[in-house]
Amino acid sequence: MINLNDILETINMIRQENLDIRTITMGISLLDCADSDIDRSCEKVYNKIVRCAGNLVKTGEDIEAEYGVPIINKRISVTPISMLVAVSGGDPVKYAHALQRAADTVGVNFIGGFSALVQKGFSAGDVELIRAIPRALNETRNICASVNVGSTKAGINMDAVKMMGEVIRESAELTADRDCIGPAKLVVFCNAVEDNPFMAGAFHGISEPDCVIHVGVSGPGVVHAALKKCDGDLGEVAEIIKRTAFKITRVGQLVGTEAAKRLGVPFGIVDLSLAPTPAVGDSVARILEEMGLDVCGTHGTTAALAMLNDAVKKGGVMACNSVGGLSGAFIPVSEDEGMIAAAQSGDLTIEKLEAMTAVCSVGLDMVVLPGETPAEVISAIIADEAAIGMVNSKTTAVRAIPAIGKKAGEGLNFGGLLGEGPIMAVNLTASPKKFIDRGGRIPAPMQSLKN
Amino acid sequence: MKKTVVTVIGRDTVGIIAKVSAKCAEYDVNIIDITQSVLQDMFVMVMMTDIAGLKCSFKEFSEAMDQLGKELNMEIRVMHEDIFNSMHRI
Repeated sequence: MINLNDILETINMIRQENLDIRTITMGISLLDCADSDIDRSCEKVYNKIVRCAGNLVKTGEDIEAEYGVPIINKRISVTPISMLVAVSGGDPVKYAHALQRAADTVGVNFIGGFSALVQKGFSAGDVELIRAIPRALNETRNICASVNVGSTKAGINMDAVKMMGEVIRESAELTADRDCIGPAKLVVFCNAVEDNPFMAGAFHGISEPDCVIHVGVSGPGVVHAALKKCDGDLGEVAEIIKRTAFKITRVGQLVGTEAAKRLGVPFGIVDLSLAPTPAVGDSVARILEEMGLDVCGTHGTTAALAMLNDAVKKGGVMACNSVGGLSGAFIPVSEDEGMIAAAQSGDLTIEKLEAMTAVCSVGLDMVVLPGETPAEVISAIIADEAAIGMVNSKTTAVRAIPAIGKKAGEGLNFGGLLGEGPIMAVNLTASPKKFIDRGGRIPAPMQSLKN
Repeated sequence: MKKTVVTVIGRDTVGIIAKVSAKCAEYDVNIIDITQSVLQDMFVMVMMTDIAGLKCSFKEFSEAMDQLGKELNMEIRVMHEDIFNSMHRI
């Protein structure tokens, strides 16, 4: 018989502390859909997704009912579409529409993979796809785009960085009537991973199997509740986080294994993440505050986050067979109730956020910028963030949304899991234009003499 | 044997065990063990059951129990035992 207290602990985590599986994401390779005729290619893409993922949503719901743990999102990631554009040519937005049709048919809430990997340079299809991103995000609802502009091995493609600043602005302008939702579905990466189950940056890497299931876990509320009972030193705090992360991750392993078995595809990885939502009691910022900071963003935040991030990984690694994805604490501003409050009060600045991204998963995520922010400043923000990822051999990303027509003090409301964010102040007086306009490539960094 | 944990959470009233076990019997669900406790001032009953003889789908049984919970003004959950095993045992 299972211990009564263990049963009650699990029930309490689900009832009170927002324990859930954030996403089951099916990765689907589209390499066998490439055709020199773009319409035929789109049709093959649609057919393959519907064939592989037809039962994804129902399977997720069945598992949710049997195990009693909510599975919030069922999603799909696909091969970077730029590779199909390379073969077919034509207008890449056609692929976005084919993906949207597939999303509607199978009932998933996002398909990620309107992507290009250009860290070392552009090949056929890449520039066309990147230039088409604003239109694709404007004309579809559930498609996510991402572009990898740098890596530790290749350096940073500054031509792509420049282009992405322009693309983000253009995407915001095209969707200005819908709270600039376009760039909220667009991530610019350095060191992008191929098995990420989380949106908006998910795509299915070319070294992955034909079809695979990845799982992203969540549970900031559970960690927060566990820490509330702790008055000990930081060693004890780390221990509690590890134990809690272990339990959360075991649920991910169980659900992923079961989903893969029922769908008849291999199980890929569990992404060990603390993924917040805008709901009260589901915030990563509040965990940092529970550790002893008055407000997230004050001095000490980077240290607290570094410890949290490391303890989550240490606890989670033992709980599952295979770990991957982004794995770490996410700090998206608009998707985290505590981060929103800290940004609103001015305690969390974009500079501090940038420092925090050096020690945790991903990067400047869901950051709302003043509407007047020019493309070159957005590009410079991307370059800074990519440099942190490149030098530290970690994934970093920028998902920034210029709030067209709005100024500091105002904000954007995206609704749902994307949340709402106040505009964060940016240095608009000193321009990085000449640096960005130079273009070219920042060479890959030294891997020795690590200081 | 297919073990499932039924938890009943709410304010204690007369006849909870009778009503919940009657519903289990109606669905051919065998009760293996029952324990009670208190969780944050709430009455909690945990039943270990065997659903091997279940004649409908798991979802149907789970929804019937959920409906019974609403009638009794309590929260009834039906969960596969594996979730507890995997979270609390190495």
